[in-house]
Amino acid sequence: MTATEPRTNESPAVTGTRLLRKEDPVLLTGEGRYTDDLQIPGALHMAVVRSPFAHARITSIDTAEAEASPGVVAVYTGADLADLWADQMPSAWPVTDDMVNPPHFPVTQDKARYVGDAVAVVLAESNVAARDAVDLVDVDYDPLPAVVDLEAALTDEVVIHEDAGTNKSYTWDLEIDEAAVTKAFDEAAHTVTGKFVQQRLLPMPMEPRAVACVPEPFGGGVTLYSATQIPHILKVMTAVTLGMSEADIRVVAPAVGGGFGSKLEVYAEELLCTALAHKLKRPVRWLEERSENAQATIHGRGQIQEIDLAADADGKVTGVRVRLLADMGAYLQLITPGIPLLGSFLYCGVYDVPAFSFTCTGVFTTMTPTDAYRGAGRPEATYAIERGMDLLAREVGVDPAEIRRRNYITTDQFPYTAVTGLEYDSGNHESGAEIALDLAGYDDLRAEQEQRRSEGGTKHLGIGMASYFEMCGLAPSRVLASLNYSAGGWESATVRMMPTGKVQVVSGATPHGQGHETSWSMIVADKLGVSPDDVEVLHSDTNISPHGLDTYGSRSLPVGGVAVALACDQVLDKAKQIAAHQMEASADDLEFSGGVFSVRGSPDKEMPMAAVAFEAFTAHDLPDDVEPNLTAQVTYDPPNFSWPFGTHVCVVEVDEETGAVEVRDYVAVDDCGTQINPMIVEGQVHGGIVQGLAQALFEEAVYDADGNLSAGSLAEYLVPAAPDVPTMRLGQSVTPSPTNSLGVKGVGEAGTIGAAPTVINAVVDALSHLGVTEMRMPASPLHIWEAIQAARGGDGDGLTAEQTTDTAGADRDAPSDSVQADQGGAS
Amino acid sequence: MNVTVTVNGVERSAEVEPRLLLVHYLREVLGLTGTNVGCDTTSCGACTVHLDGDSVKSCTVLAVQADGSEVTTIEGMARDGVLHPMQQAFMENHGLQCGYCTPGMVMAATALITESEAAGRTLDDQAVRVGLEGNLCRCTGYQNIVASVLACAAGELGDGTGVQVRDGQGVPA
Repeated sequence: MTATEPRTNESPAVTGTRLLRKEDPVLLTGEGRYTDDLQIPGALHMAVVRSPFAHARITSIDTAEAEASPGVVAVYTGADLADLWADQMPSAWPVTDDMVNPPHFPVTQDKARYVGDAVAVVLAESNVAARDAVDLVDVDYDPLPAVVDLEAALTDEVVIHEDAGTNKSYTWDLEIDEAAVTKAFDEAAHTVTGKFVQQRLLPMPMEPRAVACVPEPFGGGVTLYSATQIPHILKVMTAVTLGMSEADIRVVAPAVGGGFGSKLEVYAEELLCTALAHKLKRPVRWLEERSENAQATIHGRGQIQEIDLAADADGKVTGVRVRLLADMGAYLQLITPGIPLLGSFLYCGVYDVPAFSFTCTGVFTTMTPTDAYRGAGRPEATYAIERGMDLLAREVGVDPAEIRRRNYITTDQFPYTAVTGLEYDSGNHESGAEIALDLAGYDDLRAEQEQRRSEGGTKHLGIGMASYFEMCGLAPSRVLASLNYSAGGWESATVRMMPTGKVQVVSGATPHGQGHETSWSMIVADKLGVSPDDVEVLHSDTNISPHGLDTYGSRSLPVGGVAVALACDQVLDKAKQIAAHQMEASADDLEFSGGVFSVRGSPDKEMPMAAVAFEAFTAHDLPDDVEPNLTAQVTYDPPNFSWPFGTHVCVVEVDEETGAVEVRDYVAVDDCGTQINPMIVEGQVHGGIVQGLAQALFEEAVYDADGNLSAGSLAEYLVPAAPDVPTMRLGQSVTPSPTNSLGVKGVGEAGTIGAAPTVINAVVDALSHLGVTEMRMPASPLHIWEAIQAARGGDGDGLTAEQTTDTAGADRDAPSDSVQADQGGAS
Repeated sequence: MNVTVTVNGVERSAEVEPRLLLVHYLREVLGLTGTNVGCDTTSCGACTVHLDGDSVKSCTVLAVQADGSEVTTIEGMARDGVLHPMQQAFMENHGLQCGYCTPGMVMAATALITESEAAGRTLDDQAVRVGLEGNLCRCTGYQNIVASVLACAAGELGDGTGVQVRDGQGVPA
């Protein structure tokens, strides 16, 4: 009855190979089913009426004409739906006891607080009928002033949530030893200060959001299909928000077309489709249009950062002080307030810093809510410290590579307890940096730069580097408790040997492009000695995998993958008992290799894993105290974060006359510990780097002074295309994590974390001999021109890099045609 | 209006609204959901199909404009249960992650090779990048997509991945 062949004793390890992905054939042939691909007979289509004003009182809504439109079934305002909500929309991270979390419902009633805020919904028999009727809903608005400047928002001149009485959501401090910080700065030989703007970004996964909620044919429950990263969390939060029993909600994430944090969310449309399907006993579906996505899906970044570095005469950093102003947007979404906190621990970077303080104020604005976007707080932190290190190098008068060498936490210092109290489990920064610098040809590049500068010219060579630590693998539950996060950080896995010898894995991690099915199969293949083809991975359906905490924060492998490995270990332990019993040997004398148990010293006795699985299934002859079947379920709570690290080097040519940046070379060393599948790792690094590079050079969710998102579609928002980005060269460094049995660390966000500071350091380096020390992201032709003008003492309209850094997201001083030119010129 | 389109080799007729886009005709009328929609400004290329052999963004063509034409979608690429060489190249070079842009990428890339061969041009890294400028990917950073297309163009494919896929037309009977 054995349908699978055990791997031979000589079978090489599957982990560590570039095994092609199991996911691909379905996706390559158009057979993949994304949420909007699901055929759902009888479904009503929902469309959302959104505010065209950033801030306005709603004085009346007339739905009569829309209701009379062909195909329309119902039109609901916020007031019509108020009774459906048992609680307001969830924000799961109350970072302080006095955090202001204003009322937030799927459809607003009193006021619109950002362009795109939902004011009514239409249900119709077709998507076209619903969209047509949106234009017929007559909403009267009394416009109020927009709030798009973070510092102005703090003045409370215009209060967005009147009942709160303030635009401040919270101030969160990480004050460890303020006296030590003060002393460090008092005694410093060198100090530098950087003020940086983390512009708002649009996550832009290629699949916009889509939702479909289908009532069960009996029993009163519903199945919610959603393009989400977090089916498990969505299920709990939907139950709480709608006052439904968890047992009545099944959440399924079909194929998901990318997320990058933006689908780590509980969205109004998910709650609306569920509530309305439940109420009307009909399926209700919704598909987001791309321009709608720009307004209604969370934005990333949105911070003003101030960082001070103190250093001794040699440039050894003695203190770091950080002040953040973080743009919450109009409301708190699922983990909006916690994003800057995730970064707070990384503002000392990869350096041995004895004194540190951090404070962050979260402020409301009349813009789309912000939340997690690839890296979520950690790219921002790394940008600040790595830009700061370049400023310090200039101040001390040493090379940027040298200032870092003087400050790296050295390999012999690991495990290293940081000033924040967190323990970095492993690292190899000096070595990683040397590999990257050698691969880039750093010394030759510096020589070329010197030569070219001596020759003059208007095209300038710049070399930038950044080293990073990434705090990921979210997260030890006890650490999350200390941060007031309303959930744990464990992950669940079940491994079942089936009677045929095939293996079924149920994972609580929920992929959306990362290749979990392939990687989990590889882990199981090596653990249980089966072919990866004989491993089936089930996920992303809360009925199949009832326990899970989903995918974000580069957690899938170091938490979910480790859970799979531990479950395999338990299956193997039990199989060993059964095999020992069958072969009449002591379990202590058994060896397991290549999927076969053998008895030490008795070469004729052996039993393949598949045969053990069959015995466990028939249960005809098991040891007395052993239950039938080979199944293990593990919930793994990681003892520490995972700490990938690396160094990136970027080489640019900046044309002083046009402001064009050409990326000549990009080298990256990303050490994520043991690699299960190097092909997948490289893919994650490539994609991550390009998203970080895109923040540095191309992307910004530009708002005008009236709170209109003027880069609100893919025609205006510059997601880079293939010709815009370089070929990347990756160097190798593998420092296994001592924290988990696989030695793995996360890799999904690392590339993004390293890239933005690397690219900007290169651009600033290119122009440093002109006096440029700062560059506002994105380093568009306009911003480069401004920086050069500022360095030359300014002229014309007096725009300087410093002056344009006083708002996050709002480039209000720039004339609109310049913004257009900026967007066009960057491509 | 009545439109008759030969899709993946099968002639199909339907009554459609004049404003119906080709992509919605494929997805909603024919049930061919392999062709994805990623934007509303003809920027992303996820909906790329072949119309009489040329790659077009099917969100920018009305269904009625395709009347009498031949359309090939991603469902029509694999034949006899075997991946098209471009599909195989994408698999072998990890040219996809979430897969959402992939059908459009594969369709654009195959047309790019056909066009280049017809013009006697040899594709290199930069030519592939420029040739795929109209197709956005948010996952891969493009590097492995470019590698996939170059491998396919050079005929540098593995000896088959042993992958059996559902046959060809993908049009529900």
